[in-house]
Amino acid sequence: MKRRAIRPEPLFFERNRRRVPRQGFLLPELDVPAVDPKEILPPELVREPDPDFPDISEMEVVQHFHRLSQLNYAVDEGLYPLGSCTMKYNPRLNEVTARYPGLAGIHPLQPESQVQGALELIWELEQALKAITGMPGVTLQPAAGAHGELTGILMIRKALEARGDTRQVVLVPDSAHGTNPATAVFAGYRAVEMRSAEDGTVDLEALDRMMDDTVAAVMLTVPNTLGVFEHRIIEISKLVHDRGGFVYIDGANLNSFAGRALPGLMGADAMHINLHKTFSTPHGGGGPGAGPVTVSEALLPHLPVPRVVREGDTFGLLWDDPQSIGPMRGFYGNFLILVRALTYIQSLGADGLRAMSDVAVLYANLVRHRLKDAYHLKYDAPSMHEVVFDDSIQTRFEVHNTDIAKRLLDYGFHPPTMSFPLIVHGALMIEPAESVAPEEVEAFCDAMLAIAKECETDPELVKTAPHDTPVRRVDEVRAARNLKVRWVPEDPAP
Amino acid sequence: MHPWVGAGDEDRRHILEELGLESIDQLFASIPASVCVDRLELPAARDEESVRMSLSRMSTANLSMGCVPSFLGAGVYRHVQPSVVDAVMSRAEFFTSYTPYQAEISQGTLQVIFEFQTLMTRLTELEVANASLYDGATALVEAVLFSHRVLRGKRDTAVVAETIHPMYRRVLDTYAASAGIEVVTVPPGADGRLDPDRVRNAASEPCCVAVQSPNFLGIVEDLPGLAEAAQSSGALAVQVVTEAASFGLLAGGGRFGFDVVCGEAQSFGVAPGFGGPHLGFFACSEKHIRQMPGRLAGETVDDDGNRAFCLTLSTREQHIRRAKATSNICTNQGLMALAATVWLESIGGSGLRRLATSCLSRTEELKRRIAELGAPWELAYPESPTFNEFLLVGPGNGPDLVHRLAEEGILAGVPSTLWGGSWPDGVVTAVTECNSSHDLDAFVDALKRVS
Repeated sequence: MKRRAIRPEPLFFERNRRRVPRQGFLLPELDVPAVDPKEILPPELVREPDPDFPDISEMEVVQHFHRLSQLNYAVDEGLYPLGSCTMKYNPRLNEVTARYPGLAGIHPLQPESQVQGALELIWELEQALKAITGMPGVTLQPAAGAHGELTGILMIRKALEARGDTRQVVLVPDSAHGTNPATAVFAGYRAVEMRSAEDGTVDLEALDRMMDDTVAAVMLTVPNTLGVFEHRIIEISKLVHDRGGFVYIDGANLNSFAGRALPGLMGADAMHINLHKTFSTPHGGGGPGAGPVTVSEALLPHLPVPRVVREGDTFGLLWDDPQSIGPMRGFYGNFLILVRALTYIQSLGADGLRAMSDVAVLYANLVRHRLKDAYHLKYDAPSMHEVVFDDSIQTRFEVHNTDIAKRLLDYGFHPPTMSFPLIVHGALMIEPAESVAPEEVEAFCDAMLAIAKECETDPELVKTAPHDTPVRRVDEVRAARNLKVRWVPEDPAP
Repeated sequence: MHPWVGAGDEDRRHILEELGLESIDQLFASIPASVCVDRLELPAARDEESVRMSLSRMSTANLSMGCVPSFLGAGVYRHVQPSVVDAVMSRAEFFTSYTPYQAEISQGTLQVIFEFQTLMTRLTELEVANASLYDGATALVEAVLFSHRVLRGKRDTAVVAETIHPMYRRVLDTYAASAGIEVVTVPPGADGRLDPDRVRNAASEPCCVAVQSPNFLGIVEDLPGLAEAAQSSGALAVQVVTEAASFGLLAGGGRFGFDVVCGEAQSFGVAPGFGGPHLGFFACSEKHIRQMPGRLAGETVDDDGNRAFCLTLSTREQHIRRAKATSNICTNQGLMALAATVWLESIGGSGLRRLATSCLSRTEELKRRIAELGAPWELAYPESPTFNEFLLVGPGNGPDLVHRLAEEGILAGVPSTLWGGSWPDGVVTAVTECNSSHDLDAFVDALKRVS
């Protein structure tokens, strides 16, 4: 478990301050005549002196990053129950295949004949995602979930333009992740919030009132951010479609029903899939992710280019299609993330994917069952893969969700999500994911129960947490007020 | 049962019992039956060996850049790769952790981001740099939208050099349409360089002037003149960089008054990987920090007064600002920023200079040998200064030349007009410190055979 750092790890820039010559890596010997840069390049453009950072030896580099790594919590250490983020195990096999030289070492602009295997791999993953969603088309280009959302909404916009329709509004439930309204605005729409019904799902009457001919799309998270399935999804889709709108599904929570239900049958026109959630690719301390988007017939013509096309056993790339929204990023997607996702899907197969969702939902319900007396459940609807409590029992002792989160660190667990859904004040959004053993989920519940007790008996202990982490509670307000976003020497080099 | 699913059949029964349920199907009762299926149309589970074979077959069907002399560039480069980089990236403490919102147990990731930001400010010679963006193409998009915001949306034209990577410009077109921004493209002069006067007169009141240096043709632009041209029209000056190794020799645009320096840092230890994941970067001046897209780590203290780091200025971001966010960006390229940080700290400041000088020397040597060879091969812009890339023309169009040289066992580069362009149809050829003198011999020999 994390203890305080034995000594602070200096910044790279604080090493070798006197800049004595050292070397961290041996470059290939220069076996051609050396040139003087100032004779080749316009002298005023040449950097003088060298780039302003130190040279250190290889072992200094290794020690530096090893020590830094020790200050991090990680999935491999214990339960990481961040709701909506799906912090599941990152299989080591994924890391092996993504490093195959024929995948990691190829250039995106090599002639197509030299990269047939890579194009086939993209095509294979496309087929798999179409099968998993029951939707007829897909793009693997988007670099992340939010990027996928934007891709989907831009396709909807293109489809509307193609029929001469100039709708201006995207409806987003008040329970949605912040990227949904941000995406709508980024795509040139006005994001209008829909209030949720009593049980946290879409209020059909409100939707009925709001869904008019100005609404381009409705963005829904299924199941929603409360972990509740939109049980009226068929009626919702029908209503939206009947009035000329499109249904966008935020697939962040696909891991709760993959293998059991098909978004294609729910009436989805576009849905992004976070490969770094449902399909086990690593979160990497903040990316890279990948956010493929599956689409309905109606959006097929508008998929981004370049697209992988197949003719017999030969694969190629299509760069031009006037109906396409165009490329959403450079090249074809976060390819090495796609490699990992295909590795995962091939490994689990149809039954494994269903087992994945089953256990994800089972674990969330176990947490719900064990904690429901100690923590308040604002929405009592059935939970899928995550359960959202709030801190209203604990605030009686002036303890808030953030305090509970920090205290969990002392128990050796990562805290749940707290920043949303906004409709739950003081949220504790818990998603265990399916990969851990049941004992790990139980140990987490025990820690949560112990903290609930501490809130009553010793609230100060919780409010001053964490006590047993590499640093104590970090002053985020000061960081924003007294901005320091790069290292500058406070004193001249010795 | 599958090893990646933590509960076996009996575990599941125990949990169901505790929940007072008969069947797991009861937990899915809220899903309408009409959207359910019994089984996905996918093959059954496979063992590790079988999956390895499957992926290995697809891998070996490709020609890796390491197997033959490669001169491919155009935004994706092969540079030295210290073993340390992958060793650090393979540490689970880094690759299996989440975005460092919980600062107390994420100091490792946060300090890495802080170091990355500092490295990028030093290379770009600007005051602030973010924690990364998706890639170089989307970095250009973010820079244009950023300029639009900084000038309060009053200027709806972006002046963009044609010699910015044409694929980047196509990506920009996708976004500009929905943002209501008109893109005006300025072609290069006869020497492959931009003329600052042409840039100045391209549009009245643009929000930005975006240029790439070294440009798509490998040519180094007149950055002081272009910064001045941008500023004279009240626009923000944006420098795009696709070959970040050039920072080893060339000053960052910040020195010449560029407001934004952004682009692609794949060269810093990130695998070519058929185009991704790569590493977008974005640096700007401090006065515009609140309009900057993407995450930022800042220095602060903990309750005991010790130095600590945390994510900061998140009021710009979607999870707080929702519809009013500066960008919808959420997950970005954290692990790639780690790779770049380890790579730069391994190579070192003076090492980066030596690496860049090595690229330059090898490029000049190859250009010299090609010039010596003469017809039908020639350099399209023999007089213009280049860093490690140049446009080669010969007996045929670009794709044809690439194809014929590939048959001679050389990956000669990227066809120059894949996406159009007002320049000669040929091959954009890149040379790095990984191309030995033997590679150069092989290249020239192949040229002799393809005449």
